Amino acid sequence: MDWGQIFNSAAGELLSPVTAAYALAAIGIGVHFGYAGLLNFGQAGFMAIGAYAFVIPTLLFDFPLWAALLSSVFASILFAFLLGIPTLRLRADYLAIVTIASAEIVRYVVMTTGLTAITGGASGLSGFNSTFTALNPFADGSYGFGPWVFTANQLWVRVFGWSLVVLASILVFLLMRSPWGRVVKGIREDEDAVRSLGKNVYAYKMQALILGGVFGSLAGVIYVLPRSVQPTNYATTLTFFIWTMLLLGGAATILGPIVGAMIFAVLLTLSDGLIRGLISANIITFISSTQAGQVRFMIIGAVLMLLVIFRPQGIFGNKKELSFNV
Amino acid sequence: MPLAIRHASTLLRVVGAIIGTTLAALMIVLAMGLAPASAQTTPSPSPSPSGDFTSTFTIGGLIRDGDTPLEGVEVRVEGDGFDEVGTTGADGRWVVPVPAQGKYTATLLPDTLPAGVAPRDPENITRDVNLATTNTVNVLFPTGAGTVVESNIGATILTRVIYGINFGLLLALGAIGISLIYGTTKLNNFAHGEMVTFGAVIFFLFSTVIGIPLVPAIAITLVLSAFTGYAQDAWLHKPLRRRGVGLVQAMIVTIGLSILVRYVILFFLGGNVQTLNTGLTENVNIGPATITLASLVSMGVSVVMLILVGLFLTRTRIGKATRAVSDNAQLAAASGINVDRIIRIVWVLAATLTGLSGILYGIFRQVNWNMGFQILLLLFAAVTLGGLGSAFGALVGSLIIGIVTEVSTVWIPNDLRYALALVILILVLLVRPQGVLGRKERVG
Amino acid sequence: MSETMQTHPLVIGEVGPGCKKVDPIVVADNVTRTFGGLKAVDVVHVEIPRNAITALIGPNGAGKTTFFNLLTGFDKPNTGTWSFEGHSLARVPAFRVARKGMVRTFQLTKSLGRLSVLQNMLLGATKQPGENIFTALIKPLWRGREQDITAKAEDLLDRFKLLEKSSDYAASLSGGQRKLLEMARALMSDPVLIMLDEPMAGVNPALTQSLLGHVKQLKADGMSVLFVEHDMHMVRHISDWVIVMAEGRVVAEGPPDQVMNDPAVIDAYLGAHHDTDLGEMTGTIPVAAAPETATATATVPTETTAAETEREVEK
Repeated sequence: MDWGQIFNSAAGELLSPVTAAYALAAIGIGVHFGYAGLLNFGQAGFMAIGAYAFVIPTLLFDFPLWAALLSSVFASILFAFLLGIPTLRLRADYLAIVTIASAEIVRYVVMTTGLTAITGGASGLSGFNSTFTALNPFADGSYGFGPWVFTANQLWVRVFGWSLVVLASILVFLLMRSPWGRVVKGIREDEDAVRSLGKNVYAYKMQALILGGVFGSLAGVIYVLPRSVQPTNYATTLTFFIWTMLLLGGAATILGPIVGAMIFAVLLTLSDGLIRGLISANIITFISSTQAGQVRFMIIGAVLMLLVIFRPQGIFGNKKELSFNV
Repeated sequence: MPLAIRHASTLLRVVGAIIGTTLAALMIVLAMGLAPASAQTTPSPSPSPSGDFTSTFTIGGLIRDGDTPLEGVEVRVEGDGFDEVGTTGADGRWVVPVPAQGKYTATLLPDTLPAGVAPRDPENITRDVNLATTNTVNVLFPTGAGTVVESNIGATILTRVIYGINFGLLLALGAIGISLIYGTTKLNNFAHGEMVTFGAVIFFLFSTVIGIPLVPAIAITLVLSAFTGYAQDAWLHKPLRRRGVGLVQAMIVTIGLSILVRYVILFFLGGNVQTLNTGLTENVNIGPATITLASLVSMGVSVVMLILVGLFLTRTRIGKATRAVSDNAQLAAASGINVDRIIRIVWVLAATLTGLSGILYGIFRQVNWNMGFQILLLLFAAVTLGGLGSAFGALVGSLIIGIVTEVSTVWIPNDLRYALALVILILVLLVRPQGVLGRKERVG
Repeated sequence: MSETMQTHPLVIGEVGPGCKKVDPIVVADNVTRTFGGLKAVDVVHVEIPRNAITALIGPNGAGKTTFFNLLTGFDKPNTGTWSFEGHSLARVPAFRVARKGMVRTFQLTKSLGRLSVLQNMLLGATKQPGENIFTALIKPLWRGREQDITAKAEDLLDRFKLLEKSSDYAASLSGGQRKLLEMARALMSDPVLIMLDEPMAGVNPALTQSLLGHVKQLKADGMSVLFVEHDMHMVRHISDWVIVMAEGRVVAEGPPDQVMNDPAVIDAYLGAHHDTDLGEMTGTIPVAAAPETATATATVPTETTAAETEREVEK
């Protein structure tokens, strides 16, 4: 087995567009849960909405890149309103159930055979990447060093994705040090208290839901840019993985979601590579290579449990300001 | 340690009572179900099975000339190595049980039609059948000169309602588990779906793989399910409560447990869909509707079990204490109720009921590693629809969800029916945020 | 003294449940709220006097907190109208009620644990443009206001002896300090009427005196105060006016020492709650004296001990 290869691909994951998408989606739930205390379990739905609202107009109406991105953002705002209007006045756990249900509705709808002409049904959509690659400012060639050697297109999608992540982080930083952030964090602590101080709690929760949802939809765009749209990717499991990343890094922190996503992606690749490597070297003999793919998900589940029990504030969280017990 | 002994003995009694009554109910229902079944089973439609076709998946239809049912007409069903011919009975019905969901073709054999009757469109006597998310698909072969035989919409709806009730009842067993746990601990348990899968997989292991008889297989499954409830509370949630871990935190722990258990099951079971061997494959006619015997038995077991849970909650001391804890745990503790003990009993009871739900769901559909997670949302929807924390509400919510998902397939595509159930959940929350049977709460 | 007419400087006409006030700040009519089949609140008419300290008392389950919730928009009544400074508040959401100058606190303190004490205070302030999501991004637009309200918050914290705690998490404060913080936070918006739900509950005796002083100071600063309380000592010492609720209804009202001699009040307390501490009055009123004839509309007895109480209203 080739240890170098395993570590190289794990290191490559660190900057991959998928990791950037995970990070951005995690920043989104960070706004929801870490700052505003909203239990959004439908981030996969926001990502699906973002991806499809980007891809469908591109394919059907030849939208330019900027218009497709706008369409993605608008669709997620609309989706946030649809989710928020019935649930933001209710108890927190209702939002959890409604968001998870809505994300599943989105997945069922895009997968239904009746809409195959538009959504591609169960096989998804592809061939929408030309508007993006056409804007590639990098000349052909090979860039980078070590495990991070990219073609011009690979570099362009990474630069684009991580730029969005950085912009989102700056936006969150600016908002959370402002009085707006103070109100939102107050709502996380006790929304009745904030209401009694004359703040329109409902409006603030809606704004937070929209903001995190827009991040989710842009994450959905980054997620599909280098490949095709696969509806099966947007199952509830995706949401749970993003939650794991967020909690890994620390929910109410700026860097937490990004580092959490990076650690998650690297660990996922590394553990998979290691187990497969050990199998191919006949060191582990009792696991088939199909089963090897399953072991890492068991690890994710166990890590999530242990993390929440023993280090709820995540890697970056303040021990005092436990980012939990909303 | 007399307290511990008493504690343990109560748990044993609860589990024992559930198993005992389930089995008794099963016997009674089987006895009742078999008698009419043997009398009413569609006359000679079922072909002699060439293999181990113990599933409850069927492809069937009704062939008539005008309003006259045609007897002895043959339809050939093929697909994925499967090849079987069904023959219509005196009522014009034919049914072919198939081993699994998937794509099949059904071909009318025109030679078997009575003289003077021909397919309306002789060029088009082969139908593609996609048995994707339902148990039964009806195939139409219009015959006669100019007469279009439409499927009897009334019979279709009735069949779907019956399947919907069956689905709703088995959902209710799981949903009441969620509701009881939520009521007493305010915990949303995301690992509940895996408790369903666990019941189905263990039952599959004992009944089909090892091949022990139905009754002991159910008993073993329920005991092991009960143990998972005990283990989850004793080894996970009670320590978490002791540590003062918050509810959201505990909920995320259950998400982690759900992922862990799901992939452990996948690891051992593999990704294939497995079919349970219950031996209850005959069809039963209820009026114009045809359902499988297994569904009928399943409904009987669910109803008996739900009545017993209702009696347990309203009549027994422990049941009343459970409701007291749900109402106000601190007050219940202050009035001398051992809250931890009640929560332990609730976990065991919930896990046992959910395991039973898993067995029935495995019979209703099939067994796979992901089955519980796939209906987890429907369980939550049922509980939320009925009003969080209300056991009776969970039953009502489950029946609504079950019937809606099954009956809606008459009008909307199969692959959207779960979506419809979830849309209904959201609409109900808009109109009646506390659920159908829930109560409002005071602020401050 | 007249045997038939009870008058009071705050009141027009006779003193009694639902009596008219000279200058009411809150007027409520036919406010009812049922939970299940139970009428938790059934107030026919009540007026809260302006620039006075009004106590709302009654046994457990009398509907005091529910009535508070209804007035402040935290709960919706089945029927009824009520107004604050002449503006109807029916169906006005809680946050708008607060913006109109009617700010409340809660029975179980709602300090925002993972915000610092100072941040808690700043949340109470109004007119901070930085609370808009778009202006929030540009600091110069809200920095000025932030400095003003920080100065104000520090003043208040100093007054409430919390200034040295200002950078601590609110969760680290003691129960009594949280009560103080909550009251101070409510003052950040310069309310017209401040509504305190059991300000003394769970506060240690050492802090009680300072809390009492603060409540009195509120009136001196021109505010009106309405508070729910169980402790009769406290009610006697600081309130100008007492409204008694039992089983959802206003059963008596009047100046504190009169109300505590009211058979209807004693009946309401002893009937529902035999071990309630009635303060000094329990010693002077024989239990046997509680007459069965006491009804919801009974007028208060004539003999009062008014002379000994501080009546700031009359000065």
